[in-house]
Amino acid sequence: MSEPLVEVKNLKQYFPVRSGMKTQMLKAVDDVSFTVGQGETLGLVGESGCGKTTVGRTLLRLYEPTAGEVRFDGELVTDKNIHAMRKQMQMVFQDPYSSLDPRMTVEDIIGEPLDVHHLCSGRKERREKILELMSYVGLNAEHARRYAHEFSGGQRQRIGIARALAVNPKFIVCDEPVSALDVSIQAQVINMFEELQEKLGVAYLFIAHDLLVVHHISRRIAVMYLGKIVEIADADELNEHPIHPYTESLLSAVPIPDPEITRARQRIILEGDVPSPLNMPSGCAFRTRCRYATEQCTRECPALSNRGGGHQVACWNR
Amino acid sequence: MENPKKHLLSAQIDLSKFSEANFIPATEDEKRQQDVMSESTTFFKDGMRKLFKNPLAVASLIVLACIILTIIVAPMIVPYRYEEILSVNGRRDKGAKNLAPFTYSEMEQKYIAEGGTRFPHIFGTDEQCRDYFIRVVYGTRISLSVGFFASIIVLIIGMLYGSISGYLGGRVDLIMMRIVDIIYSLPDMLIIILLKVVLDERLSFPAGSFLAKLGTSMVSLFIVFGLLYWVGMARLIRGQILSIKENEYILAARAIGASSGRIIRKHIIPNCLSVIIISTALQIPSAIFTESFLSFVGIGVKAPMPSLGSLANAAREGLQSYPYKLIFPALMICLIVLSLNLLGDGLRDAFDPKLRR
Ligand SMILES: Nc1ncnc2c1ncn2[C@@H]1O[C@H](COP(=O)(O)OP(=O)(O)OP(=O)(O)O)[C@@H](O)[C@H]1O
Ligand SMILES: [Mg+2]
Repeated sequence: MSEPLVEVKNLKQYFPVRSGMKTQMLKAVDDVSFTVGQGETLGLVGESGCGKTTVGRTLLRLYEPTAGEVRFDGELVTDKNIHAMRKQMQMVFQDPYSSLDPRMTVEDIIGEPLDVHHLCSGRKERREKILELMSYVGLNAEHARRYAHEFSGGQRQRIGIARALAVNPKFIVCDEPVSALDVSIQAQVINMFEELQEKLGVAYLFIAHDLLVVHHISRRIAVMYLGKIVEIADADELNEHPIHPYTESLLSAVPIPDPEITRARQRIILEGDVPSPLNMPSGCAFRTRCRYATEQCTRECPALSNRGGGHQVACWNR
Repeated sequence: MENPKKHLLSAQIDLSKFSEANFIPATEDEKRQQDVMSESTTFFKDGMRKLFKNPLAVASLIVLACIILTIIVAPMIVPYRYEEILSVNGRRDKGAKNLAPFTYSEMEQKYIAEGGTRFPHIFGTDEQCRDYFIRVVYGTRISLSVGFFASIIVLIIGMLYGSISGYLGGRVDLIMMRIVDIIYSLPDMLIIILLKVVLDERLSFPAGSFLAKLGTSMVSLFIVFGLLYWVGMARLIRGQILSIKENEYILAARAIGASSGRIIRKHIIPNCLSVIIISTALQIPSAIFTESFLSFVGIGVKAPMPSLGSLANAAREGLQSYPYKLIFPALMICLIVLSLNLLGDGLRDAFDPKLRR
């Protein structure tokens, strides 16, 4: 296999949280490792609050990582080279409403990365580039002088995507880019992501909480639970042979249009609530809600282990 | 097609209206018009349009424009100076004391009878035989400029302090805001009076300099305002910046690689500009009010320089005989403060994004 484009090793992000007098560490991301290949898509799923956004932001050094390293194209990403790296790695944000400056026109929003990295020599070139980017994402050139508040959610997300594409990056972190959109528009935007990947060869880290969406777009999928990756596998493999009990329960909750399958399938409903990230259970974080939990799970936290064909799972019992 | 509509009040759709013949295909031009969304307006234009729709704001703008025009033009037309004691043909006119509006003294009447022309005393004269109209005009000038410059000083200090505190956050913010709290908790009138008295004594400027021309009392007024009133502005701007900082577009700008300087200039300042303008506009009347109050208690600007407050103070003595001498400056203060307040309210309604529909 060729060299991966992005390599994340033992990434940790702890937030200090003050509760009353003492300061506690909130382990939003705890020892996460994965790779993303050239031009491929890695899906990242997990329920709300499990640290998906934090992974994406720490990876791009929007937060200073507590520990761990990120390599891009074999080169270690540090504070020193991050400015140059931002030309290669970009981000599309979760909320299309608050991620666009209300006082800027679409032209200036998309043009900002061009200005910051001095990518065009004159006004004319800048304008041409912006119009080209707008046509990539299916925005009308006449809208260049408008303000973000004049657009719908789907159009705003397209503006955000055009902004991320402006520097011609090789890797984009897409932080739930469709979860704020209507279902009908979701499909359009996801198709656009796929077309852009074919055309430009960008790699994605595609974050979502919806397995169906992620399965559609990703080659490989990572499943997160409370700051840790519990399972990584190829998209189809994960779909057909989930191993980790958490993945099983996630998959069993996905609505399938075929009633035959739905009837045959057993719905696994998780008991109990997600533990607070400030007060994690000992050993395996999932054990409080797990059907297979044993005494070993209380003592030790399982590491990811290889189950063949690139399928990695962190579980003692499966 | 048969019309299925049977009753007059039936809600059923009248299908006959939708037959082919009733439709004319849209021209290319019309199609394009459908494409274009609502007229694109810049934030500033949109705000201005709203401002001009607000009758109170427009009225106060007109009143302010009239006042400013008067204080600029009047000294060019009226042949008296504010500290000039009236005289006729080089002889001091002792009879021109406390004249009623539009009356002349005996000497002036004689002079006019002999064929001379004399500019009317529009507001009469004061007890030291000075033209009262020009004194009110100059008083307005002083009061307005005190209000204006004091607000600018407050704005500059408050903006620097507030934006540093808000942008850096953390411990710096904590310490800076405790200092603000301490200043905020001082009884401001007492401090102003103490500071003013001390500063008036201590300040001295080289003769002929700009500050000397302004006079120590004016300069100490500015310092007093600058030292005390910036705290409100600093708090406001810090709050704004804290809330703007939370927005994802700031994070997005960092993800692009924008520097802190660029983020402050291009994203943070434009987004809190409207609040800054509005609160500065509302700061002016409060500064005018304080200045008038200080002059009224006798520690404002130094005589013979008039301000609206000191004019009102001087008018107290002959209040029963010459009530108009109190009415003119008092009316002026009311007009200025009221119209600036209304204008500030209008600006807030027009520019505050939280009220925008
Ligand atoms: N800046 C921060 N300071 C402190 N805690 C934070 C910070 N950002 C995130 N957290 C915490 O870290 C945890 C993970 O948050 P994160 O936003 O990454 O979740 P998420 O998986 O993206 O959820 P969602 O699907 O709702 O977007 C949460 O418990 C959150 O409260
Ligand atoms: Mg998130």
